[in-house]
Amino acid sequence: MTRARIDWIPLALVVAVAAGGLPLVASAPTWLTLTVAGLAMGMMIFVMASGLTLVFGLMDVMNFAHGAFISVGAYAAASVLVAMTGSMQAASVAANLAAIVPAVLAAIALAGLLGWFFERVVIRPVYGDHLKQILVTMGGLIVCEQLIHVIWGPDIIPLPRPATFTGAILLGDAAIERYRLLAVAVGLAVFAAMWLLLNRTKFGLLIRAGVENTEMVESLGYRIRRLFVGVFVAGSALAGLGGVMWAMYQESVNAQMGMQVMVVIFIVIIIGGLGSVGGCFVGALLVGLVANYAGYVAPKLALGSNILLMVLVLLWRPRGLYPVGRA
Amino acid sequence: MPEPMLVLAGVNTRIGQYHILQGVDLEVPKNGLTMLLGRNGAGKTTCLRTVIGLWRASSGSIRYDGREVAHLGTPERARLGIAYVPENMGIFAGLTVRENLVLAARERALDPQRLDWIFALFPALKTFLHGYAGNLSGGQKQMLAIARAIVEPRRLLLIDEPSKGLAPAIVANLIKAFTELKRTDTTILVVEQNFHFARALGDTVAVMDSGRIAHAGTMAALAADEALQTRLLGLSLESHQ
Amino acid sequence: MTLFTTVLSGDMPRSRALAAALILVLAALALAPFLFPGTRSLNVAAKVLVFILLVASYDLLLGYTGIVSFAHTMFFGIGGYGIGIAASKLAPTWASLVLGAVVALACSAVLALAIGLLSLRVRAIFFAMITLAVASFFQILASQLSHFTGGEDGLDFKLPAVLLPGTKLMEATPFGVELNGRILSYYIVFAGTLCLFLLLLRIVNAPFGRVLLSIRENEFRSEAIGYRTVAYRTTANCIAALVATAAGILYALWLRYTGPETTLSFSIMIDILLMVVIGGMGTMYGAVLGATIFVVAQNYLQDLMKVASAATAGVPLLPNLLHPDRWLLWLGVLFVVCVYYFPYGIVGRLRLGRDTPRRQR
Repeated sequence: MTRARIDWIPLALVVAVAAGGLPLVASAPTWLTLTVAGLAMGMMIFVMASGLTLVFGLMDVMNFAHGAFISVGAYAAASVLVAMTGSMQAASVAANLAAIVPAVLAAIALAGLLGWFFERVVIRPVYGDHLKQILVTMGGLIVCEQLIHVIWGPDIIPLPRPATFTGAILLGDAAIERYRLLAVAVGLAVFAAMWLLLNRTKFGLLIRAGVENTEMVESLGYRIRRLFVGVFVAGSALAGLGGVMWAMYQESVNAQMGMQVMVVIFIVIIIGGLGSVGGCFVGALLVGLVANYAGYVAPKLALGSNILLMVLVLLWRPRGLYPVGRA
Repeated sequence: MPEPMLVLAGVNTRIGQYHILQGVDLEVPKNGLTMLLGRNGAGKTTCLRTVIGLWRASSGSIRYDGREVAHLGTPERARLGIAYVPENMGIFAGLTVRENLVLAARERALDPQRLDWIFALFPALKTFLHGYAGNLSGGQKQMLAIARAIVEPRRLLLIDEPSKGLAPAIVANLIKAFTELKRTDTTILVVEQNFHFARALGDTVAVMDSGRIAHAGTMAALAADEALQTRLLGLSLESHQ
Repeated sequence: MTLFTTVLSGDMPRSRALAAALILVLAALALAPFLFPGTRSLNVAAKVLVFILLVASYDLLLGYTGIVSFAHTMFFGIGGYGIGIAASKLAPTWASLVLGAVVALACSAVLALAIGLLSLRVRAIFFAMITLAVASFFQILASQLSHFTGGEDGLDFKLPAVLLPGTKLMEATPFGVELNGRILSYYIVFAGTLCLFLLLLRIVNAPFGRVLLSIRENEFRSEAIGYRTVAYRTTANCIAALVATAAGILYALWLRYTGPETTLSFSIMIDILLMVVIGGMGTMYGAVLGATIFVVAQNYLQDLMKVASAATAGVPLLPNLLHPDRWLLWLGVLFVVCVYYFPYGIVGRLRLGRDTPRRQR
């Protein structure tokens, strides 16, 4: 994230892509709708992916089971929201929030708890062995997905959006979904909070230093293992939050949703640079915008568009937009 | 004579299948500067890393300030007052100079008086205080690395090849800084290959060879004995300016 | 015994239990049309054969070279689609089948080479993620180019008459089993699997295989000695890809169908992972046991689970845990346990009762 202060090019790229979308889409109102949709999608992916890239940058652990935290968060929220459908359907923001806030808290808590369990039991025995990490976390993902079936049943649970955030507002001819604006707002808030945490707190200082050189941080007297657990749990909790946002976006939860979104998340963190939160943010926005523009302009291309984007970015910067140096 | 600050007895360190330290016996006297010399691959860096705990001794004892620390982890040893400056300096390039210092000061806020003293030793750090550490020159990075080790009073400094790759003018600066440091209540153990640097600063000297201490004594004695120098180091201290 | 040693390229089972199990599996598969007549059981047997080959090729990659790739199903699919497209878009003749197979193998070789050279220089995690993206892209291609590939529904196609079930090959019916095109297809799959498996055994026991293992154990040292590790790993990648493609070809010949669900889906990739780890990584025989146990369990264990689930109906959560659809849960748990405690899987356990590095076994 520190590189973001000196390297504006990738951010400019986002603006360029958005600007480039206008002539392609050829209609300003549609462009506006698609841009908001793209930004919203990007923000949600950012929230889901940021924990994964930070954990990798700091702990050198790639948790393939990250998708499980996303699914679990979504299911936890769904359980709460299903119990509070009345509050969700009410036409007042306060009533909606009375349902959403506990749901989000439940998602964050359960995902965070699962993350804590994972770090202690599943991953700690295989620190440093990448091969085993990949295998073990994949196994963990499978088991988690199955356990979701056991606890919540195999059916897809519908998850309607809160009443005050359904529908769209009209800006001229452009229809902009309320929920997407909310997603953008939440995404920006999460990014701002992470930026403040990383750049204005001692904890963040430790993380930034640890991403560069864990040995030196230990030599300075800090028990970096505790930092690891903290960051892992925080990353899992964020994934849970992202899961809720994503589930409400799709208006349903299913056990595979975490796994389904993992490919996109991997693409985003590779584009951004493994370990870089700022890169993850920019990468997610790029992927969101490109997917939405492509979906409108060339639908057959849309599904593969993010992979093509990844190839292009890697040709330009082989280690991602903001490479994080490991000492 | 007061008890040595650091005593290694029979320390063995293995890395993978390589047996690097093969029974190291070393005494580092309090409040002096001890130079650890030796050829490449003799085990000097491994020695420092074993003392700070980044590599675990497979056997032997490490007594620091009278207490056994071989079983402690690196953060614990650091908190007992040991500071380590690795060969690659270990500065955090993405953090500012100030942030590097803040991190090294741990729970304490940066002491303005102490900072002034450090800036007097290393003026460049004051100039670039709010710049990224990654943008510093090699010599400035070394200064930052040492400044980090002394930003709070530490009892034992472990420094690995501070003069490596630096221009002679900068090395002269470093010698001045170290001379100043020796006046404080700190024990310093320095690994070096530059004999001019070693001779200028060392009070005591230990020479390593093949994972063991081949010679230990005063720097003055070693400096006076050219035959000994040639035997231990392959060449004489005088000839290597 | 020297015949055995030659055929198995010196890679003996080294365990009575393992040898017995392998002989049992070999006999069962060789005589399947006679021992287990009936479409379902023959299907299971054919699937076992195909997956033995597929998993053995993956073992070359994971167990011997130490590479985790998620693109293996892509090569499996290329083989299947090679046959499928040739048979349905050209003509169901031997000539077009051969053409399809050759094109598929060529594509796989090129792709494996490209993936190897571009990505094997990078860290294992990066490589794994890239293969995941590539496989996903391929899946999208297969479902989007529906005019060519049949899209989500896949391709149903005919084969040369002699391979069709309706064709009677002989009047005789040994053991009451009619010798028709289906039996012939089965034995083609059997022969193909056997030959390619033995070929893989030969490869891993040749100097090439030993270099792979040394690279896996200490890449730095191998480079220092002078082996160009990227070249070796890329070659292993290509061989594994080609054998996987062959497995895909055989599977398409058996099913007379190819489609994204049967070849490209991520769940098949997971199944392969489960089979190779539970069977035993780096053993080749692990693929045999792993695939057999997995495919048989997939088809028959679920019936058992259904009974158990019904029997525990009153207890909370237990019926859900024992539900036949949850068999993947238990396999997943077994998989994780194997990664931690039994890296050489069932084969490792059978061999010495403890897990020792391959060099010492």
